[in-house]
Amino acid sequence: MGKKLLIHNEHVANIHTLEVYKQHGGYASVEKAIKTMTPEAIVEEVKKSGLRGRGGAGFPTGMKWSFLAKPEGVPRYLVCNADESEPGTFKDRYLMEKIPHALVEGMITSSFALGVHTAYIYIRGEYFYVSRILEKAIEEAYAAGFLGKNILGSGYDLDLYVQVGGGAYICGEETALLESLEGKRGNPRIKPPFPAIAGLYGCPTVVNNVETIAAVVPIVMMGGDEYAKIGIGRSTGTKLISASGHINKPGVYEIELGLPVEEFVYSEEYCGGIWKGKKMKACIPGGSSVPIIPAEMLLKTAAGEPRLMTYESLSDGGFAGGSMLGSGGFMVYDEDTSIPMNLYTLNRFYHHESCGQCSPCREGTGWMEKVAHRLAEGHGKPTDIDLLWDIQKRIEGNTICPLGDASAWPVASAIRHFRHEFEALIPKKEVAH
Amino acid sequence: MATVNKIISRYPEGKHKSALLPILHIAQAEFDGWLSAETMAYVASILKIQSVEVYEVASFYSMYNLKPVGKCLLEVCRTSSCWARGADDVVNYIGKKLNIKPGETSKDGMFTLKTVECLGSCGTAPMMQVGASFHENLTPEKIDSILNNYKAEGKRRSYTDMDYKNTL
Repeated sequence: MGKKLLIHNEHVANIHTLEVYKQHGGYASVEKAIKTMTPEAIVEEVKKSGLRGRGGAGFPTGMKWSFLAKPEGVPRYLVCNADESEPGTFKDRYLMEKIPHALVEGMITSSFALGVHTAYIYIRGEYFYVSRILEKAIEEAYAAGFLGKNILGSGYDLDLYVQVGGGAYICGEETALLESLEGKRGNPRIKPPFPAIAGLYGCPTVVNNVETIAAVVPIVMMGGDEYAKIGIGRSTGTKLISASGHINKPGVYEIELGLPVEEFVYSEEYCGGIWKGKKMKACIPGGSSVPIIPAEMLLKTAAGEPRLMTYESLSDGGFAGGSMLGSGGFMVYDEDTSIPMNLYTLNRFYHHESCGQCSPCREGTGWMEKVAHRLAEGHGKPTDIDLLWDIQKRIEGNTICPLGDASAWPVASAIRHFRHEFEALIPKKEVAH
Repeated sequence: MATVNKIISRYPEGKHKSALLPILHIAQAEFDGWLSAETMAYVASILKIQSVEVYEVASFYSMYNLKPVGKCLLEVCRTSSCWARGADDVVNYIGKKLNIKPGETSKDGMFTLKTVECLGSCGTAPMMQVGASFHENLTPEKIDSILNNYKAEGKRRSYTDMDYKNTL
């Protein structure tokens, strides 16, 4: 049984209420931070912890925090990215729904560390009911004196609000999220300037994922050094994994980073193996944007080492032979799955979600959807596979935000590893020509 | 209007346009489940912005309906994990049962079927969203009972509903 720091109380009755949450040690990080620590000391602990952004990019959180500009007389903001929309990812919803105070507590402690007096949780519109749960938790936190003016008599003020989106994957990209929070279309901004310099309303802003913010609580409580002892190498701490697809036990699991992938997939503690007694064909281990890899490559690296659930191990072998931990959206496909049809659903997704700002992405995603559809449906032409490859190559690296890359990588990896499946779907008479 | 003013007060002075997305959700729920040109003009007047600013936002996001919809919008997720666990069967089953295709509304005006992209419910696939409620691990029997319940209720369902029935 691995260590759990985020959802260890998931099965406690009424843990969504402040009363029960507090009985289980909740809000201790706020007390500790505000009464005994300086903001700088908290940032230092987060740096020492090695915590990396849990939204998918894996950027060191302490470093991101230290980039925050602090000009005199200018407000700065903390914005929580709860726009969880990466296909295969549903961990933040689980955390917010089950233990909303874990996020509220993290927001208060993090805001104090960053010298922020107004913070927002931007949640995807489809999670409207979760926003109600968060609002209720925030109300309780105000009533208990953890939010508002003069928190715990310290003179520190903080207001926390929930903002509901309108349904757009792109708003998970931090600058698109800020645009959306300003009441505009979610078109990503050109960086630099980065949000740490000019973010919400042009003011210095930190944008962090839900799970990242929640992880600040145990880091403050146990200290950065202790947190860093969990995990392996630069993959420290615990991670929430959203497991879905053809497994016996889909759900959200908190793992210690470094858990062998094979154990995660087959042990009863986690996914419980492949459904219906079937074999695993492939897996997308980190949300739809990361490369799909065949089962044997998922379980072992090219060197024959067991693959581990860490940022480094999952990407071992690069794009040719590995994948990425990403958001931890772990999707498993059984031996009967049509990889071309699965790819088509992803192409359709990225086409639907492209904001339309950059032409390679706007045009390319639609084109890939069309070509993948005819291939998957068995009407493809012999040249279509190379055409798909060509289109994704021309999108990758040529767009303002990473959505372009995210739309390209699933295509490249599906063709790289499963080209035979695409070829088998091309009508025979076409091959003869 | 009290709710609207409360939302506007969340933002710094002069940044009231930030309230646009939340207010559009309220407007859509209040005005028959969709945003007509009149509704958008009304929202613009509340926020003291141009109607076109409202339209450009409303047309960007997938949750705002720019055409009338049935009382219950059945939004069936069909991205990867949902597809892998039978989303197409759900769409076909509902379509056959109500005699409509995706994008169409049943004759009685009760249901509109819509296929949507990942709703963050992959571990409980297949699933659909109806207003604020997530209906998960769908089976034909479950769909029958869900649709019967909504029909018996006869109420419009909105994202802003407080009486959601999530099944997580």
